[in-house]
Amino acid sequence: MNKKLDDEYYQLLEQIQAADFVLVELTLYLDTHPNDQQALQQFNQFHEYSQQLKSVFEPKYGPLLGFGNSPGGENKWEWGQGPWPWQV
Amino acid sequence: MTREKTFTLVKSYKPFHSKFDPCPPIGRKYYRTPPNLYINFQPPNMEQFTPEEALKYGTLWKFFYDFYDNPYRERET
Amino acid sequence: MWVYEKKLQYPVKVRDCNPRLAKYLIEQYGGADGELAAALRYLNQRYTIPEKVIGLLTDIGTEEFAHLEMIATMIYKLTKDATPQQMAAAGLGDHYVNHDSALYYHDAAGNPWTATYIQAKGDPIADLYEDIAAEEKARATYQWLIDISDDPDINDSLRFLREREIVHSMRFREAVEILKEEKGKKKFF
Repeated sequence: MNKKLDDEYYQLLEQIQAADFVLVELTLYLDTHPNDQQALQQFNQFHEYSQQLKSVFEPKYGPLLGFGNSPGGENKWEWGQGPWPWQV
Repeated sequence: MTREKTFTLVKSYKPFHSKFDPCPPIGRKYYRTPPNLYINFQPPNMEQFTPEEALKYGTLWKFFYDFYDNPYRERET
Repeated sequence: MWVYEKKLQYPVKVRDCNPRLAKYLIEQYGGADGELAAALRYLNQRYTIPEKVIGLLTDIGTEEFAHLEMIATMIYKLTKDATPQQMAAAGLGDHYVNHDSALYYHDAAGNPWTATYIQAKGDPIADLYEDIAAEEKARATYQWLIDISDDPDINDSLRFLREREIVHSMRFREAVEILKEEKGKKKFF
């Protein structure tokens, strides 16, 4: 059974993709610049921000991370529900 | 560091054309020299895009952004 | 251990119904310089690379799987609604008779993926230079795909992926500098 994808879904998803992309870039940067304190601070800020966005997204549209890294669902197992990323 | 003053992102050259070649010459060939070639190590505090811009452009730092388009497009028409 | 995140790294869109593009895009799915080769290359090399750069190889290797998923998404969207006749007209007839519209790890010419596309010499300088070369080859391949594609939405995704190769190349070059271990002499410019 697929969830309904309104405009808000796409907007919120893109905000998450943007925040998480910054985190990927900072991860790779910190892998070669492990002592850059400013980058580390920025990473931690964006980590918080991403978590916030996901705490709004997941109750509405289902868990993002597998194997218990996101909550499972209030009354039923939501992980297996569509749509999947290549379908949206 | 502004890269505009120190290096270009596209280079070109003119391949040799023989008078016996069967096809009209391509004229110029182009190759890209993206920003990563010009530094050995990214320095700290480089200017950043906003998160939305960064996602669109594929990098967080303005220095590395290199927009690509087909250099032969005019020739096709 | 890998955890899957149920979202694409980048919002992939496809504007036109043009299955022929899928034939070319698959080069970055199962081809020599494609995303599968990149992911497996880096994740395999990381077991025997000096500690200082294991994190980088793990993280770039993981990101490549996200890119593989983006390419798969483009191919999937282009072929999922194609009839056999449309697949044949798009030059995907030989793929179709084997796979219907299922994806498969082969290149644009139909050559199946092979581990001979990757190497792990155990020498970190050799391994990292292979990685830099791989990123530059992938960057070039994305340029040729952008050249041959006239779908602006696909090209947005391809430009994103090309830019990632530029950044990855930079990181592997930095890794070489780290392993050269010239104390305090990281040349910035």
